[in-house]
Parts: sequence; structure tokens; C-alpha cells
Amino acid sequence: MQSLLRLQALEANNLTVEIGGKTVCRELDLIARPGECWALLGQNGAGKTTLLRTLAGLHPPRVGRVSWNGMALAAYSRRTFAQQVGILLQGEVGEFWGSVQEYALLGRFPHRNVLLGYGAQDEVLANQALQQVDLAGLADRPLDTLSGGERQRAAIAQLLVQQPECYLLDEPLQHLDLRHQAQVMQIFSKLQAQGGTIMMVLHDPLWAQRCCDHVLMQYSDGRVLHGRSQDLLTRGHLEELYQCPLHEISVAGERCFVAGV
Amino acid sequence: MRLSVLNGSNLQFIMSPRVILLLFAVLLSLGFGLMNGSLPLSPAEVWQALLGQGENTASDVVWQLRMPRVLAAFACGGLLALSGVLLQVLLRNPLADPYILGISGGAAVGALGAMLFGAGMSVTRISSFSGALLVMSVVFGLGFRQGERNIYRLLLTGVVLSAGCGALISLLLTLTQGEQVKGMLYWLMGDLSHPEGLVMAWFVLLLAGLCASLFSGGLDVLAGGVNKAAALGVAVDRWQAGLFFAAAALTMMALQLGGNIGFIGLMIPHAIRLLGFHAHRWLIPLSVSVGGSFLVLADTLARILWSP
Repeated sequence: MQSLLRLQALEANNLTVEIGGKTVCRELDLIARPGECWALLGQNGAGKTTLLRTLAGLHPPRVGRVSWNGMALAAYSRRTFAQQVGILLQGEVGEFWGSVQEYALLGRFPHRNVLLGYGAQDEVLANQALQQVDLAGLADRPLDTLSGGERQRAAIAQLLVQQPECYLLDEPLQHLDLRHQAQVMQIFSKLQAQGGTIMMVLHDPLWAQRCCDHVLMQYSDGRVLHGRSQDLLTRGHLEELYQCPLHEISVAGERCFVAGV
Repeated sequence: MRLSVLNGSNLQFIMSPRVILLLFAVLLSLGFGLMNGSLPLSPAEVWQALLGQGENTASDVVWQLRMPRVLAAFACGGLLALSGVLLQVLLRNPLADPYILGISGGAAVGALGAMLFGAGMSVTRISSFSGALLVMSVVFGLGFRQGERNIYRLLLTGVVLSAGCGALISLLLTLTQGEQVKGMLYWLMGDLSHPEGLVMAWFVLLLAGLCASLFSGGLDVLAGGVNKAAALGVAVDRWQAGLFFAAAALTMMALQLGGNIGFIGLMIPHAIRLLGFHAHRWLIPLSVSVGGSFLVLADTLARILWSP
């Protein structure tokens, strides 16, 4: 059982990652299994994005290797990998002149079996995903007329349409209002319950505490600490991580951390 | 795996009024090109000549003079427009056109250099082709280093080499005496009067158009950024190298056919986008056909407005 679980996992071995001469993590070993949700926490510039991109095979590690389902990332074709592991990139909507629906449909690209355009089934999936993120009414609008939060939800819809087994999310909540923060986190909790492997960069420990069973704390000097949420999401650890005094308050039975001054 | 080329919405799209109108405009421009010239022909005369009936003069004019020229202009325009579409994806820059990578500059330096030494037509062609090939290799060698994915370096290398070629062109023009300068200026302006390799050009145009259309889904993804494209399963490095060589080959083909013709590669794809066709599966065929007919129209007008 243990070996089977290990096989279906995202795994980093002795991973050292650098960007622009800065070491963002050193000798990291981790296994994220199906049905687990990981939160990546750290200060701005700690290298959360770079680590996530390395796990998605978009940034080459300095040392060590990343594997998915027991096979090194380098052994996958990009298409096969994209069918199984999807990443939500931060703020990269890029040049796209088409409609919101067409944008969501791009998520089907790794699964596409129609030479020109996409099949009817793909369109059904795109419409469902847009419905899930509350964008069904904007499906025909040009993407570049959307607000920041709406674009973020369109990007999430695109990832949902990709239907990977592992979701790497770089700040999934950025630009989102409160209602849509909760909505998006619910979507990913559901995917986790269905056996998805999820890893997300977050800035609010509250969401990490609510939705994530594992936490990875990335310090500015390249040290990485990871473990179960209930062990790591304490005032002491968070104050050390963010280098800032925190107040702990309790709201409706939940612990919340607020930055002190 | 089921592979189908057309689904319902594609068929619906092909039948849409905008597409039919554009295809009608293409046919109209071809007809216009065949009818007009120093000897104007009526549509009926052109039609009869095309069917192999009609009188000899009209038939000769249509088949010997105008048809090759119209076909050359169409192919040249189509090649340039397609090259422009591919480069705008590769460089992710709306100002990209077939000449931005310096290929036309290299071709011009090669051609003018040969002309300076009084070389004939065929040597000039070979020389211009070699010039283009040389610049292309240098841009590729400097722009694509192993493991580095910085498209701006490619763009800058191209622009720098273009500027260098521009200086060389000026130098060649000043070194040349009298009548020869005119020949050189004709080459630089673009000249469709001696189309050669027409069959080859059409073959390349159709093949490249078809391939690009089949790869259009990847082009859509790639236009949205390299990271996103990689995340969605596009092997970005291979695609970029492929796009570069395809665009360079198309540009060289167009240069061989019609010399240095600007504007089409830059503007036609944007015009098609402005008409609402963003997806590359429409952008590519429409750019090729509209680019082709635009050049036929321009060439025909140039022939009749200031006919000698």
C-alpha cells in the first residue's frame, strides 16, 4: 500500500533550486500524495513561485530531481505530463484576443483529439468550468475586457478544464473578492476529496488551516520546513516565517492570525 | 484516438457571411488582375480565354502574361502574410513582420552586391538567397542559445542585423554608377515582373498553409505565453525553432518571387484579427488568401495607374 501511494505522488528528492543566484530551497525531500492538499507559505521573494514552477517542470533544479508517479519529469513528454499535472500561473494571461470560453477551452489542448478546434465534449467541459467559477454569463465576452479577479477565475476555469490529477496553484486567491475566495477554495477542496493532489501558494494562514492538511514553509535563506498543518500553523512558526509579530484571535471556533505592528 | 478535422461549429463558421464575403473578395481580386493591364479585357473575354476559347490575343495575354503575374503576386502575398502570422506568435510582438529578423536585408545585400559586379539574373538570385541564408543562420545561432529561452535576444539580433544590412545597402547604392542604380531600386521596391519558381512557391505556400493550420491549436496556446504553453503541453523549444525556420523559409521564398515587398506581412494578420478572427485555424487561411489577393490588387493597380 505504501509503495502504491508513493507511486501516485509528486515527489522531490534532494531538491536544490536557484534563481538569479539566490537559493530558494536546499536539499528538499517531499512526497505529496493523492488526496493531500499542501499550502506553500513564505515571505515575498522567498521563492514559492520558483519552487512551484520547478515541481511543474518549468524551471530546472540546480540539484536533485522531481518525479511524478515514480518517473522523473524529464522522462515525460510535455503533452503527457500536462494531461496529469496542471499549474495555475501567477498573472500570466498573456496576449489573448478571443472570448472567455475560447480561453477556457485552451485547457483542453493536452487532451485534444480534433485537429482543427475542439470537440463538442470539450465545449461542455469548458462551460461547466465557467459555471463553477461564476463566469457562465461572461463566456462570450473578450477576455481582455474582464477585471483582474474575473481573469483570475477564467484562468482557474482553464485549469479545471485541463482535468489534471495534480494541481499546482500559484496564489489561486489573488485578486479574488471574499465570496469568490471561498468558492474557489471549495472547488479545490472537492477535487482533493476526489483524490486530487493539490499544492497551493497562499498568503493567508487561515485558508491553509481550513483547507490544507500539509504545510510547506519556505524561509528567505533557502531553509524549508514541512509537515502536518496542525503542527506547523502555530504562532511561533508563523512569526518566525514572516518575521513579524502576530496576534492570535479566535473567531467562531477558528484560530486566526493577524499581523501586529 | 478519434481525429476529426471538422466539427459542427467549424462548418457553421465556414458558412458565415464574413468568411463568404472574404472568399468572394479573393475571387474578385484575381479576376481584376486578369482583366486589367495595358490591354483591358472584358470579363467575358477573360472567361473565354480561361476556357481555352476566344481569340488568340486575349488568350495569349491572359495565359502568357497575366496569369503568371497574378499567381506570383498571390503566392508572394500569401507567403508574406503567413510568415507574419508565424513571427507574431514566435516573437509575441504585434510589430513583428517577415523582415524584422533581417532576412530581407541579407537578401538585398546579396542581390545588390551581385548586381554591382554586373552579374546576371540567376547569379543575383543565388547571391540574394545566400545572403538571406547567412543572416538567418547568424540570427538563429546568436538568438537561440542552448537552454535559454529568451525571445528578446532573437528579436534584437534580427533588428541589429537588419540595421547593419540597411547600412550596407546604402553603401552599395552609393558605389554604383548610373543606370544600374535603377535596377537595384526596382529590386528593393519589389518587382513581380520576373516570377521564377512559381510552381515551387505555390507548393511551399499550400504545404506551409496546411501544416500551420493543422498546428493552429498549438499556435493559439503559444501566443498566450511560453510558460502557459509549456504548462499546457507544448514543447516550447521545438516549436520556437520550427516557427523560426518556417517563417524564414517563407520569407526567402517570397523574396525570390517578388523582391522586397513590405507591409503585407505586418498588416494583413492584424486586419484579419480586427475582423474578429483570432483563432489561428481561421487567422492562417484567411491571412494567406487576403494577403495574396491584396498583393494581386496592389500589383494590378500599379500596372494600370502608371502604365508605360
